[in-house]
Amino acid sequence: MKRLVKALIATFGENIKADENMFPVTFTVPEERFADAAKILKESYAFLCAEWTTDDTDSGMGFSVYACFREEGEYLIVKAELPRDNPQFPSLVKHFVPAYRFERQIQSLMGVIPRGHPDGRPWIKFEDWPLNAWPLRKSFDASIAMMRCEGQYSWLKVEGEGVYEIPVGPVHAGIIEPGHFRFHAVGETIINLEERLGYTHKGIEKRFESMTWETGVKLAGRVSGDTTVAHSIAYSMALESMTHCYVSERAKWLRALFLERERIANHIGDIGAICNDAAFAFMLYQCSRLKETMLAANLRLFGHRFMMDRVIPGGVTVDIDANAKKEILSELDFLKENFESLVRIYEENSSLEDRVSNTGILTSELARELCTVGVVARASGLNVDCRVQSPFPPYDSIRVEAQVLTSGDVHARVWMRVVEIRASIHILRSILKDIPAGDITVNCDAPLPDTTGFAAVEGWRGEIIYWLKSGHIGEINRCMVRDPSSVNWLALEQAIKGNIVPDFPLCNKSFNQSYSGNDL
Amino acid sequence: MIKILAQIFRTGIVTDKSPQFDDPKIKVSGIKLDESVKKCFRRSLSVRHVDAGSCNGCELEIHAINNPVYNCERLGIHFTASPRFADVLLVTGPVTKNMEIALRRTYDAVASPKIVIAVGDCGCNGGIFGETYASLGGIDKVIPVNVFIPGCPPTPADILNGFYKIFL
Repeated sequence: MKRLVKALIATFGENIKADENMFPVTFTVPEERFADAAKILKESYAFLCAEWTTDDTDSGMGFSVYACFREEGEYLIVKAELPRDNPQFPSLVKHFVPAYRFERQIQSLMGVIPRGHPDGRPWIKFEDWPLNAWPLRKSFDASIAMMRCEGQYSWLKVEGEGVYEIPVGPVHAGIIEPGHFRFHAVGETIINLEERLGYTHKGIEKRFESMTWETGVKLAGRVSGDTTVAHSIAYSMALESMTHCYVSERAKWLRALFLERERIANHIGDIGAICNDAAFAFMLYQCSRLKETMLAANLRLFGHRFMMDRVIPGGVTVDIDANAKKEILSELDFLKENFESLVRIYEENSSLEDRVSNTGILTSELARELCTVGVVARASGLNVDCRVQSPFPPYDSIRVEAQVLTSGDVHARVWMRVVEIRASIHILRSILKDIPAGDITVNCDAPLPDTTGFAAVEGWRGEIIYWLKSGHIGEINRCMVRDPSSVNWLALEQAIKGNIVPDFPLCNKSFNQSYSGNDL
Repeated sequence: MIKILAQIFRTGIVTDKSPQFDDPKIKVSGIKLDESVKKCFRRSLSVRHVDAGSCNGCELEIHAINNPVYNCERLGIHFTASPRFADVLLVTGPVTKNMEIALRRTYDAVASPKIVIAVGDCGCNGGIFGETYASLGGIDKVIPVNVFIPGCPPTPADILNGFYKIFL
């Protein structure tokens, strides 16, 4: 028996119902013991991946709250049913820090109250929304424009001699997404950073509920435009897990090909941008040129620069032939050669080293406490990678080495990207060498009513989770999206403490989290 | 240092020929620009980008027009950090409820005469996000728009062609 399952059963005994048909295993606990279950899982070294609610009032019930946990490759969901009137559940914040934002979001968008949560301020929902606007409730009509009310967000206050505030955003100086950062600084040193996100809230989770299963993948591909492939794969895999649709081997390998290309392109872009924020523009232009060659090749080979809409439920829409293989291989040679000479320049540049080393340190303890994922977690000593711990095909046959760095500073996050680009180039070569023949699509039926699906995919930022639920006429009843940014944004707030204000852009870029994926 | 120089010389000039042409899919609204304004802006255009709620796809392509291959600066297109220095607002996204006020304020901060370019399907009409409680739809629902560049996302060449439309 798996470790988390064992821990829960050992404590709860007969009082717990496990639904073995659901993937991952879903335990239903009484509402008042929701936090106890989390505590037991925490003691078994589990991470909290996501926390969300569903509105089951249309099937005559109340609400349900779910929390998804992970330990190594084992995923487990704990569920509690809540009454229709005054739905509440015990907060998990005491045991898992990332619940802090998940639960504020639940309260803001679903109107379900996390009991004992230390912070009642809205999240994603702004203070000028009507108080009783809970978009994720079934009774909420999303097509009607919302009124604007009066209201003021209560920012955290820092007092003391010489403390001053620097508000930044939502419109930033660069070409980036909108978000607000409020620094409290003494001299140049940041003593506190408060993020306020939600500016790009487009109502994606609600929008899913008005879409069909086939068109849903297009929306998934636009949750975060830079991670379009990984989101499409995660959505498709979650849907396929509900319909028992078996995708052909070739399609799986092609998906991995797209995923690794996306990883390389974004990582190269990030390395350039981080160096640029340390005033080393040479690297930005060199890297953006390498990225451009990949994107241009994507357009030639797959018909889209970011490979949007190339992954669909049931497979992929484009195949590669012998010529394409040859082109990708020669592109990889070009990339490898140029990239390695840039890496050497990065390593030998002492003024760059001065900026990136020991800047924005996220300690292993904090990274663990905040349940961080992806590049950020791996640069801080956490060995978390879905491709390693819970390898979805074809990663079960292509070996991905677990790579971890421990210093947790900006340099570690840059170097993690360097390491991953090298690994991805290697993975791409083995995909091209061993890709099996076969069809690229199979028919993917609509799922049966009242089923759920789940998938976790390692995008370039980290683990992306989709949880789907079909309603009683087989429609999309709920689509929960957990972009890696939803947890990693918290880590930035912690990593920046004690750094100087001018280093913030550098730290922020080294995290490079998605605003759109977080705000949904 | 020698390695940096060697890499620069090895790379050489990678800039493509200017892709500018009168692309029929890029639409221009009825708002007319004075000829004298066009003359002043030609080859000297300060651009402020505003993300009014996009998915970040359009931002990647706007970044790409700054890369050495498209090199928008050779055409006089320069990105500025403040709307107060800008001639053009380059706006992406469907306008979200939460960004509406910020977008209006940014628009008001730009000195007249000003040009607004809406980038991407979402910027043109709300795209896949449509008009809901959280998304108000296209940019022209909130501020007047001069040029619409469709595409999901539009390619860097499309975006440069959109700038070209200003001067036609």
